[in-house]
Amino acid sequence: MESLLNTISLSFVSKNVIEEEIEKKDGEPVFVTCKKCKRRSLKRNWKDNYYVCPNCGKYRSISAQYRMSLIFDPGSYKEINAHMKANDPMKFPEYAQKLEKQKNDTGLEEAAVTAVGKIGGHKTTVVVLDSRFFMGSMSTVVGEKVTRAVEYATKKKTPLIIFSASGGARMQEGIYSLMQMAKTSAAIEEFHATGGLYISFLTHPTTGGVTASFATLGDITLAEPGALIGFAGPRVIEQTINKKLPKGFQKSEYLEAHGFVDKIVPRNEMRDTLIQLLDLHQK
Amino acid sequence: MIDKILEKVEKLDAQILEAESETAEVAKGLVKAVGSSEEVMEDTVDGRADWKAHNKEISKLKSMREYFLAECENLTPEDRVFLARHSQRPHVDDIIDGLFTDFFEQKGDHLYDDDSSIYGGIARFHGIPVTVLGHRKGHTIEDNMKYNFGMPCPEGYRKALRLMNQAEKFKRPIITFIDTPGAYPGMEAEEHGQGEAIAMNLAKMSQFHVPVISVITGEGNSGGALAIGVANRVLMLENAVYSILSPEGFASILWKDSNRKSEACELMKLTAADLKEAGVCDDIIDEPIGGAQRNYEVVMRNMDAVIWKHLQELMKLSPNEVKNDRVSKYRKIG
Ligand SMILES: [Zn+2]
Repeated sequence: MESLLNTISLSFVSKNVIEEEIEKKDGEPVFVTCKKCKRRSLKRNWKDNYYVCPNCGKYRSISAQYRMSLIFDPGSYKEINAHMKANDPMKFPEYAQKLEKQKNDTGLEEAAVTAVGKIGGHKTTVVVLDSRFFMGSMSTVVGEKVTRAVEYATKKKTPLIIFSASGGARMQEGIYSLMQMAKTSAAIEEFHATGGLYISFLTHPTTGGVTASFATLGDITLAEPGALIGFAGPRVIEQTINKKLPKGFQKSEYLEAHGFVDKIVPRNEMRDTLIQLLDLHQK
Repeated sequence: MIDKILEKVEKLDAQILEAESETAEVAKGLVKAVGSSEEVMEDTVDGRADWKAHNKEISKLKSMREYFLAECENLTPEDRVFLARHSQRPHVDDIIDGLFTDFFEQKGDHLYDDDSSIYGGIARFHGIPVTVLGHRKGHTIEDNMKYNFGMPCPEGYRKALRLMNQAEKFKRPIITFIDTPGAYPGMEAEEHGQGEAIAMNLAKMSQFHVPVISVITGEGNSGGALAIGVANRVLMLENAVYSILSPEGFASILWKDSNRKSEACELMKLTAADLKEAGVCDDIIDEPIGGAQRNYEVVMRNMDAVIWKHLQELMKLSPNEVKNDRVSKYRKIG
């Protein structure tokens, strides 16, 4: 009994030490500067605020693993198809090296992370695109991992939640990237036919081929505040029509007003909103 | 007619409220002076006289109110049109607050726009997940304008259909609340296919395997009402009206004179009682005397009981029986 208590208190101590290390460097507290308002805040304050700027409310991108830790019941989820490695189907010049660098920088194998776990007690299949890896662009492996996750949800009859964040197609994978739109859309349609619930959660940025496939096929479409969501990017549109776009164009709020988003969900309400929807759709 | 009576009744409401608060003040003062409310009656003769006079005044005002309200027992169809359009009548947002829990609003047709004149989402009714939606009007002129006076564009009907298709997919009953002057007559609405949008709703709603209950809460005019009203059970609040178009529109088409509205009201057979006889309305929900706007609590309780009764009946049927029940209801009319 005594030794068990010791273990518990020890694990607390070691956890605190790790957090201290993250928030302090050489004994000094670490500050992080907001890209939008340029003001800096303590790293601790950013973290307590789910990486939304404590000064201006600007959303910072968060990693797939961190997002999963926010939505799943603690300790309830495991990654699926984690072993799948990035592909170079076109043998595209310098692509292999770029992939290597992205892997080293992010610790990810590809831009999609898929997992199964419990959210408010509901077993759920979740896909998160991580925008740090090649801007979350759709590669063959991203398409394959999304498809396998959707197929898993279909087979196991779990609800499906996909957090999109994507710059669009993975240029280096060409036509193979394009075909992922058809593949993932077909998988989603088969999932729908079995009566499954698909919640599409749009985060910054959701564009191009992801917007034009699985991201807009949800039963319920949610979005993070201020996310850029569209098919063509704003710069392409501005160059094409030779006009400046109105303020807020292609932002979550604009999409909500134009009928494409059911609800804008702040990060601190994300888990509760998902649980409410999963409860409402419980069979 | 009813408008004049209600004016008097509402004036009396205000007077009674004022007199009652004065009485409460007097009573409070007496309690303070004497120490406890039981002693008030015994010990302060002056106070007691004062208190009595106030109460006498209140009961006089109340009996006057009863007198006027008694005149609301026999309403003409035109009176009911007035009540159906009353700005303080409970609307879909009030009803969702009052009858449902755990409401999650779903916005947009996911095609072009979010038409705020249709309001709906997922909620629980007696603990059961349902899809609930209806025309939204708002109680103030600002809200009326924001919600386009409850007149949907094609986008509103497509939003409604999107929500209802999901109800069919997830096997949730559908409950709709109808209160509209009609579909919005606009140039863009035509360009975007107002007719197609309404027709598509009628076609799709007829085929659902989940129970559909529609409640006409205010005015239900034209295809704009029916587009969310192809139901197994059509329920009407006592003073709601349901017709091919507004009485003004009817008079103007038939006689080129929209002033002959009261004549139109008589002819149109638009009251709940008329429609029950015609087999269009299946059940009537009682309103408090003088109209639903006078007591939300009573209206909500009555609505809840009648909707729940019909929903329980429909939930005993198999999915195919639910569909056939609806198809045959409309097949039999006319
Ligand atoms: Zn900031």
